[in-house]
Amino acid sequence: MRSNRMGWRMLTPTLVILFIVGLLPFLYVLWVGFYDWNVFSAVRGMTWAGVNNYRRLVFDQDFLNSLGRTFQFTFIVVSVELVLGFLLAQTLVTPFRGRSFFRTIYVLPLVVAPIAVGATWRLLVIPGFGPVPYYLDRFFDYPFRIGTSATHAWLTLIVMDIWHWTPFVTLTLLAGLTALPKEPLEQALVDGANRWQVFRYLTIPMMMPVILTVVFIRFMDALRIVDEAFMLTNGGPGLSTRFVGLHIYRTVFPKTDYGYGSAMSLLVLYFTIVACWLLFIALTQVGKQRE
Amino acid sequence: MTTAPRKKTLNRIGLYVLWIGLTVFTVLPIYWMFVVSSRSRVQLFDAPTLLIKSFYIENYTTPLSSPAFQRYLTNSIIVATSNALLVTVLALLATYALSRWRLKGSDNIFFWTITNRMAPAAAFLLPLFLLYTRVFRIGDTSLFDTKIGLILVYCVFNLPFAIWLLQGIIDGIPKELDEAAYMDGATRSTVLWRIIVPLAAPGLAITFILSWIFAWNEYLFAATLTSVNARTITTGLAEFVTVTGTNWGQMAAVAIVTILPALIFLVFIQRYIVTGLTFGAVKE
Repeated sequence: MRSNRMGWRMLTPTLVILFIVGLLPFLYVLWVGFYDWNVFSAVRGMTWAGVNNYRRLVFDQDFLNSLGRTFQFTFIVVSVELVLGFLLAQTLVTPFRGRSFFRTIYVLPLVVAPIAVGATWRLLVIPGFGPVPYYLDRFFDYPFRIGTSATHAWLTLIVMDIWHWTPFVTLTLLAGLTALPKEPLEQALVDGANRWQVFRYLTIPMMMPVILTVVFIRFMDALRIVDEAFMLTNGGPGLSTRFVGLHIYRTVFPKTDYGYGSAMSLLVLYFTIVACWLLFIALTQVGKQRE
Repeated sequence: MTTAPRKKTLNRIGLYVLWIGLTVFTVLPIYWMFVVSSRSRVQLFDAPTLLIKSFYIENYTTPLSSPAFQRYLTNSIIVATSNALLVTVLALLATYALSRWRLKGSDNIFFWTITNRMAPAAAFLLPLFLLYTRVFRIGDTSLFDTKIGLILVYCVFNLPFAIWLLQGIIDGIPKELDEAAYMDGATRSTVLWRIIVPLAAPGLAITFILSWIFAWNEYLFAATLTSVNARTITTGLAEFVTVTGTNWGQMAAVAIVTILPALIFLVFIQRYIVTGLTFGAVKE
């Protein structure tokens, strides 16, 4: 009655589209990465270059720095957001008057376009009329200069990312906490365990699958940061906040160095996959040990 | 005896202080943007007070009446709506197929669709740009700078997300329901439209809305894969930051316009957003 052919027919459009915009670019970049191809050079077509593009990449300090910077940023924001998000989810799990009001407001940053998030925070810290430098100057005599201090640019980016994404972590963990069975927790309290012990030995292990999921999703997404940094600092001051996505955008497109850019793109993809894979293994190991 | 209730009250006060503080921290940046959008260039350089004394409406009317911005806005609406529709329909078909048929390798297919979302956009910028400008072309027409091009590209991240979201929902509809309908002689399309779609309607609505917001908010692909005709509102927002100086008031006003539709949607979906965010992790 229900032939497999029908099932395949329903899947086909999805597979075709994902092939065209997902898999094909990957195969294409793999191919172009072995060629010299620069529209502005004397030879306009593609010439075979072997692994030259990759050899060049390994010694490209700007590229390697941008990669390191991206990972550093990711580790910082994801750990802060996980801890903060868990604490906030804990306060939201028991009902109190006004809870749904707070929750709705708190979700707000999630729906704001990343480029608008960057714009918003730029307006807060811009020298001249931004309230942050204005009040820091006025009350603490502290010069906050996002355009000249790498530390200030980093701090703003981190606070911005926390503002933007902690709600996501909180809500996901809240959904997990709400779904936890209540009996073991209550039983442990009756048996004389204190709240910390219940949290440490029951809540956290039971929450592990949700924690792993949220860390994984946030990790993947944080590595992709471009829009916010583009709008907020434009990679500056100097190259101090130029994340790898912005780096590719900034170096490849004006120079039309397509072969080299392809090698860069592929390496970024490779590093992301390896990092996600390592994180996944590490997290599932932790999950297993807890059990 | 009085310490326990007092401690409870203190805890409660602490909780409210915390959440009121967080509310202020959450709203303040967006509110400040609104304040900036209400001030003229001159007023902006006064002390940054949070009060709005007069409203400089030109920040809104100037961009909104310019043909370029009207085009950006229309493009954004067309692209986001078409993409969300396409994604929801395709994801419904795909998850229904994955849920009801034992297809060879369907678990692998499911996982492969998800991996498309993991890929960093930066790694796909250049290959997609090259494919769009040089490979997918017939004569002079290419996918570059077309709305269709953007609608297709947004499937990379929206389609896996939609499949992820819908899978649990479709699996949750008892198979006995469609079996019974088949017994009564219903065709597959009748089952899909008369049983699956109505039962999955809330899930489909969330999928549509979230896909719409993601497509509306996207910047990087829109900036790379369009030049004049298919530019969207987010690229318009970025265009305000120029070498010759930025019109901050207008930029803030456009940013507010960008946020508005997502905000309206948020009111409708905030009740479901928590369930949507679990990605099936808590179901097991």
